[in-house]
Amino acid sequence: MKPDLFEAPDYYNLDDLLTEEHKLIRDAARAWVKRDVSPIIEDAAQKAEFPKSIIPGLAEIGAFGPYIPVKYGGAGLDQISYGLIMQEIERGDSGVRSTASVQSSLVMYPIWKYGNEAQRQKYLPKLATGEWMGSFGLTEPDFGSNPAGMVTNFKDKGDHYLLNGAKLWISNSPFCDVAVVWAKDESGRIHGLVVERGMEGFTTPETHNKWSLRASATGELLFQDVKVPKENLLPNKSGLGAPLGCLDSARFGIAWGAIGAAMDCYDTALRYAKERIQFGKPIAAFQLQQKKLAEMITEITKAQLLAFRLGQLKNEDRATSAQISMAKRNNVDMAIKIAREARQMLGGMGITGEYSIMRHMMNLESVITYEGTHDIHLLITGLDITGHNAFK
Amino acid sequence: MKILVCISHVPDTTSKINFTEGDTKFDTNGVQFVINPNDEFGLTRAMWFKEKQGATVHVANVGGPETEPTLRKALAIGADEAIRINTVATDGYSVAKQLANVAKEGGYDLVIGGRESIDYNGGMVPGMIAQLTGANFINTCIGLEVEGNNATAVREMDGGKETLKTTLPLVIGGQKGLVEESDLRIPNMRGIMQARSKPLHVKEAVDISNETASIQFEKPAPKGAVKLVDNVEDLVNLLHNEAKAI
Ligand SMILES: Cc1cc2nc3c(=O)[nH]c(=O)nc-3n(C[C@H](O)[C@H](O)[C@H](O)COP(=O)(O)OP(=O)(O)OC[C@H]3O[C@@H](n4cnc5c(N)ncnc54)[C@H](O)[C@@H]3O)c2cc1C
Ligand SMILES: Cc1cc2nc3c(=O)[nH]c(=O)nc-3n(C[C@H](O)[C@H](O)[C@H](O)COP(=O)(O)OP(=O)(O)OC[C@H]3O[C@@H](n4cnc5c(N)ncnc54)[C@H](O)[C@@H]3O)c2cc1C
Repeated sequence: MKPDLFEAPDYYNLDDLLTEEHKLIRDAARAWVKRDVSPIIEDAAQKAEFPKSIIPGLAEIGAFGPYIPVKYGGAGLDQISYGLIMQEIERGDSGVRSTASVQSSLVMYPIWKYGNEAQRQKYLPKLATGEWMGSFGLTEPDFGSNPAGMVTNFKDKGDHYLLNGAKLWISNSPFCDVAVVWAKDESGRIHGLVVERGMEGFTTPETHNKWSLRASATGELLFQDVKVPKENLLPNKSGLGAPLGCLDSARFGIAWGAIGAAMDCYDTALRYAKERIQFGKPIAAFQLQQKKLAEMITEITKAQLLAFRLGQLKNEDRATSAQISMAKRNNVDMAIKIAREARQMLGGMGITGEYSIMRHMMNLESVITYEGTHDIHLLITGLDITGHNAFK
Repeated sequence: MKILVCISHVPDTTSKINFTEGDTKFDTNGVQFVINPNDEFGLTRAMWFKEKQGATVHVANVGGPETEPTLRKALAIGADEAIRINTVATDGYSVAKQLANVAKEGGYDLVIGGRESIDYNGGMVPGMIAQLTGANFINTCIGLEVEGNNATAVREMDGGKETLKTTLPLVIGGQKGLVEESDLRIPNMRGIMQARSKPLHVKEAVDISNETASIQFEKPAPKGAVKLVDNVEDLVNLLHNEAKAI
């Protein structure tokens, strides 16, 4: 793979809106991605292996629970810092960002927000250092966009719960040490349970042959009469709102992450277009290619502003789920379109692993699907502005 | 051992360089600043002395408030305290005077500067600090060990190396070789969080005098187009008749 020459675009001097600490955190993550992710990621994706060797590095740059309080091993940072870290990691690869998103927003967040003190003390510090890796089980084979229909369930057996069911499409599942699993109790109410590797009847087969997020491990969580200790139930929130709260946090990170993928594609295409000579000129001198590049930087700049403002709202605890949906939907769509255009600008070179673009393009097919599909987020905005539910 | 690392705040090597006001001022608009690479090698070596020999490491910069993020980064990498001497640094001698003052007041055993700054390439500040403080001086330093009051240093020479012994107090002009690129550190989250509460002292400059002033800057002529030559005869022909080099 080509050396990573990435230079981040900042067309509207948005750096001026960031604090010195934001920039220090962002630049550290950026330098780490250049040093430790870029050189190995193409190979990992080609081999369809999650590069476990980068877990300690992810923890060091604060990618695991950056906004979790310091007393639980987090960094106690604001939401914009979290967004910037996700942006830089996804600039490297959406799969690596997925691992960090799941660990932070889908595993640490629910334990922090919905767990009791003993659970926080037990799990959060080890998750923050990456000593334990987590996964999040919501989606089921027959219930994706409609998680309320889930059939995974648990029964109260006096001194423990008995868990049965199956989750599909679960990031990190093949190597996770703990899984935050959403399941219905006997009355049909959804609760979160922390299931640990080694519990009898709990298996995590890997899903193979993906064309997307190949450097992220995806799999199933299967529960066959798993005895889950009662103290592993997250006591402080139940109902569908609990997992949806986690998704709000993860989707916020994705809205930033997608900008990273888009910036990498744009930067690569811009550099290539200036160097590649056809018909005696750099292809960057042709109007059609300029239109693509000019539109890319315009869309990236708009997405950056959307994410930044959402970050401010989230810092003030005022961001609504619908606002987060809008940013996730817009920014991922922006990134996937840029990836497709950028890939064409590289001609034949664009399909090879020498450049990161096609990997980003394929990765983004998952990103536009998970955490609420592109269509589902549109329905959320539609419901929010019209008051009419068009889901069912 | 007390170490002072002099940190120059310079444009990132990928920055596009432009001048304003009739080519007399460097245009900082949109330019990202970094720790001068030669100083980063020195800082990393200083961290080694801190971790292996219990040294205390302070960093100093002569410059305006805009250089504080660079100092904060040095703190995040592991320096214990930072000092900013608040004045616009425009002249090597005046910078050296301010730094020499800090070095004397702080009683540092070792002052690590860079061989040169990558912006103005003066290559004189560390030597002047040594003179002003009466310390020993080793320039283009590519290796440094300290035992008690004795130092062994390796200096780069044209086509070779020289190993020297000397004593503290010592000033060096360091560069790559003090540590390698792969040893350079990215601030980790713990370091960034600790840097928040580490002291960054701002001192007013004393006895400011600028002995030199820039009149004009000029950029090198743009590189010409590359010509690809397929065979040796053509190459010889072009070198002889067009470039008139042979
Ligand atoms: C690589 C990868 C990693 C993932 N990681 C995780 C994870 O860690 N944890 C987890 O729980 N899940 C995870 N998911 C699952 C993901 O969230 C689901 O795939 C997603 O929610 C969509 O569900 P589905 O695949 O069942 O699609 P479906 O819900 O079957 O949707 C199929 C299509 O129908 C459309 N559709 C559905 N309902 C409507 C409607 N009412 N109106 C209009 N159109 C509709 C959708 O937009 C979509 O285009 C992951 C998925 C992938 C691909
Ligand atoms: C016209 C002009 C405008 C300038 N404008 C600015 C400005 O706006 N803001 C700004 O911060 N600087 C500014 N500088 C200062 C410049 O960055 C240097 O600090 C100073 O000129 C000495 O540079 P030099 O190349 O001679 O240093 P060299 O002698 O090449 O530097 C060698 C080493 O000395 C140390 N050192 C050098 N300068 C400093 C410093 N300032 N603080 C701490 N250690 C240092 C470093 O260890 C460095 O590696 C300006 C310089 C000039 C000539």
